[in-house]
Amino acid sequence: MPTSVTINGTAHSVDLPGDVPLLWVLRDEIGLTGTKYGCGVAACGACTVHIDGVAVRSCQMALEDVDGAVTTIEGLGTPDAMSALQAAWAEHQVAQCGYCQSGQIMQAASLLSDIPAPTDSDIDEAMQGNLCRCGTYPRIRAAIHAAAAKMQEV
Amino acid sequence: MANVRKIARRSFLIGSAAIVGGVAFGAYYVARPAPNPLTPGEGEAVFNPFVAISAEKITLIAPRAEMGQGVHTTWAALIAEELDVTLDQVEVIHGPAAAAYYNTAMMGEVIPSKGYDKSDFMHAISDHLGALGKVMDMQVTGGSTSMKDGYMRMRAAGASARETLKQAAANRLGLSRDQLSTKDGQVIAPGDVAIPFTDLAGEAADLSPVEAPLRPRSEWKLLGKGQPRIDMTGKVTGTATFSIDTRLPGMKFAALKANPSLGGEMRSYDATEALSMPGVEQVVDLGNGFAVVASNTWLAIQAAEVVQADWGAAPVPATHDGIRSAIRAAFDTAPNSTLRDDGDTATLPQGAQEVTAEYEVPFLAHATMEPLNATALFDNDRLQIWSGNQGPILTRNHCAEALGIEPEQVEVITTLMGGGFGRRGEMDFSVYAARLAQAMPGTPVQLTWSREEDMTHDFYRPGAMARMRGAVREGTALMVDAEIASQSALSQAMTRWMGFTPSGPDTAIVDGVFNQPYAIPNFRTRGYVADLQVPVGFWRSVGASFNGFFMESFMDEMAHAAGADPLEFRLSLARKEWEPAAKVLETVKEMSGWTGQTPEGTGRGVAMTYSFGTPVAQVIEVADEDGMIQVTKAWIAADLGVALDPQNLEAQLSGGMAFGLSAAMFGEITFAEGAAEQTNFPDYDGIRMHTMPKVEVRVIEAQEHIGGAGEPGTPPAAPALANAIYDLTGNRPRRLPLMKDFDLQS
Ligand code: FES
Ligand code: FES
Repeated sequence: MPTSVTINGTAHSVDLPGDVPLLWVLRDEIGLTGTKYGCGVAACGACTVHIDGVAVRSCQMALEDVDGAVTTIEGLGTPDAMSALQAAWAEHQVAQCGYCQSGQIMQAASLLSDIPAPTDSDIDEAMQGNLCRCGTYPRIRAAIHAAAAKMQEV
Repeated sequence: MANVRKIARRSFLIGSAAIVGGVAFGAYYVARPAPNPLTPGEGEAVFNPFVAISAEKITLIAPRAEMGQGVHTTWAALIAEELDVTLDQVEVIHGPAAAAYYNTAMMGEVIPSKGYDKSDFMHAISDHLGALGKVMDMQVTGGSTSMKDGYMRMRAAGASARETLKQAAANRLGLSRDQLSTKDGQVIAPGDVAIPFTDLAGEAADLSPVEAPLRPRSEWKLLGKGQPRIDMTGKVTGTATFSIDTRLPGMKFAALKANPSLGGEMRSYDATEALSMPGVEQVVDLGNGFAVVASNTWLAIQAAEVVQADWGAAPVPATHDGIRSAIRAAFDTAPNSTLRDDGDTATLPQGAQEVTAEYEVPFLAHATMEPLNATALFDNDRLQIWSGNQGPILTRNHCAEALGIEPEQVEVITTLMGGGFGRRGEMDFSVYAARLAQAMPGTPVQLTWSREEDMTHDFYRPGAMARMRGAVREGTALMVDAEIASQSALSQAMTRWMGFTPSGPDTAIVDGVFNQPYAIPNFRTRGYVADLQVPVGFWRSVGASFNGFFMESFMDEMAHAAGADPLEFRLSLARKEWEPAAKVLETVKEMSGWTGQTPEGTGRGVAMTYSFGTPVAQVIEVADEDGMIQVTKAWIAADLGVALDPQNLEAQLSGGMAFGLSAAMFGEITFAEGAAEQTNFPDYDGIRMHTMPKVEVRVIEAQEHIGGAGEPGTPPAAPALANAIYDLTGNRPRRLPLMKDFDLQS
């Protein structure tokens, strides 16, 4: 029986076994490739998406367990209309290879909705599950602080 | 061509003889210009292999692998600087695999000179030898060579296109070329007339290219300043297309599983159960492994796990200690490379104190963030392959050979790469996908390696050992006698890539020791090749990745034995040898406020390594936080000669250091029965947000020649950290990863 999921505001009907992780539903079925596969075991954060605004590792979330609205990096903002967080990322020239960055941004967005003005240790705490093999951490930290400041202004 | 390659095979030596060989056989062939691979469309002007302008748009070709180092942006900026366009006016593409895109700098790097002391004559020889890259199909991104290669050539390509456009405008307006100027993609004529380049494409297409001199640095508008990276928007919005994001109509998804015992065969397999699983369509034999084809990647990975395969044994010692013994045994063989032998290292200088130490570092995986993968379509005897690779011509040739077709029947589409670090210079992941596609003609298929498959089927950074002997007197070093043993990644890679094994000394085994700019009067470096079949390859900074640790840990040990401050000890030896090396040390000294004293609970270490043409000094600070060692701060100074994009260089140097710290702290691959025992990030972790230090970078421009950027940040990281840990704890780290002997914050 097809499962229905709402992704970035659009309802999709997916005909797949219920144990298929959301990550692969997004990438291989729906064609939303912004969410990345890095490890498949909850150790890198590349696959991070939001379910009802909360960051989850989509490689660990079985299709049948998805119980809320899914937001992916494509739903956060677009090249023509970036979210404040994405704009801060671009401003600080964070990405190197860029492969981990969708997950980093989704994790950071979830952090900022919990803690609008995070300290360095809040950032350490929230972001330590997201691996970046290129080592972009200092700029990620700077972009989060900058986005937080910007979002406080408005 | 075939003939030239045959000669190349016979006479190619890694080492000084290559110079002779290169001149002898290379001249007539390498001087011939390579054909322009770009075919102009209707009304489009193709000025050279790097600039194409149509009525609609300006396209710049940056035929180097974009794996995070920002090469597309800086490469395009080199052209744009002279062409007089802004980066937002152009489209930058990687372009096809073609001889015109060979790397002119790479082969020049094999000259076994120390590098920093190259005379102009030696530079000229390097340039000549560089042309061998064309013969060797070296359209390769690696060795931190892109800017050395592109610096002159790309500006010249831009200047020539600009002058040709001006000529087209001059013809149209009945003026002479020197009455015209250019600005932001337009030719400007007297009386405020502005003609867009795109409007002149048709007329310019008929003209022969006009040569033009390069502008002096004082007139640069783009170079020397931070440029917003052209790939940034895509990468922060999830719209950048990596190889793994390739999607084609009707595409199938496949997972690879190859013999975990590396180098072993696959005797047989039983896929009955896998074939009954949901979504699974077929299982294809790929020689030493198989691919499961399914309707999505996860279903394919699950099914690959239940296939029963009978794997042959690996041709390596069964235990990891057996592998280490084989590396150690190399010390008893004749040295492969003695690239420095100054003075007398046999006798201890009068009144000097002898210092000795042995060090060991492990094998390492590349673990690029994007697992290996490629997508292929085989149709009507033609192959199209979408692959994130660092060597498109070699990829094309290897795929053609595997499929029994001609290279002209293969089209390689080089995508963005989620990290390369040397791993994507190999052809295996492309060839597997090509062979899978051939088994299912007409259907595009993406072959993905699970993280486990990726980590356990690497061409690893070789494990290495060092035996160091030195002598100190009156606060300075009088002697260093270094012996280093490891497998030869260079000869393995050349055999895989080119089909022949070069003779002569392997510079990589001693790179980072023999060429260090220290005036040590008695200085010998010997490299020994371990006879071992563990698959090894190039890993960010290659030999300097281990030799930086050996040399700079030993420098520290000598400084302490001599009763000298470790930074001053290096500084006085560097000053006498090469000013830029002293300059980077002075710079980190100033940046970090180095006094040689650290408060209780804090430790500081310094290291300086010259590699890939760039001296880099780092100071790293650690702190004891509740019994755990936390890396708190890092200062980096590097001399790039010409800093083409300071903002991007800062990212490369900081990222290179992070890569070195990851390995130094946590990285180790061990083998049992020839199979890697670490399979995923939980047992092969890297540095993370909470373990990364605060970083300050300063780029200086004291040396004359342009240096590499992607790799030189890596080698000093491990020794600077190890020296800091010594300062904190009084225990000298002599093996990596550090987590084995110290309580690191993780
Ligand atoms: S892919 Fe999900 S955490 Fe790594
Ligand atoms: S930017 Fe490359 S892994 Fe993070």
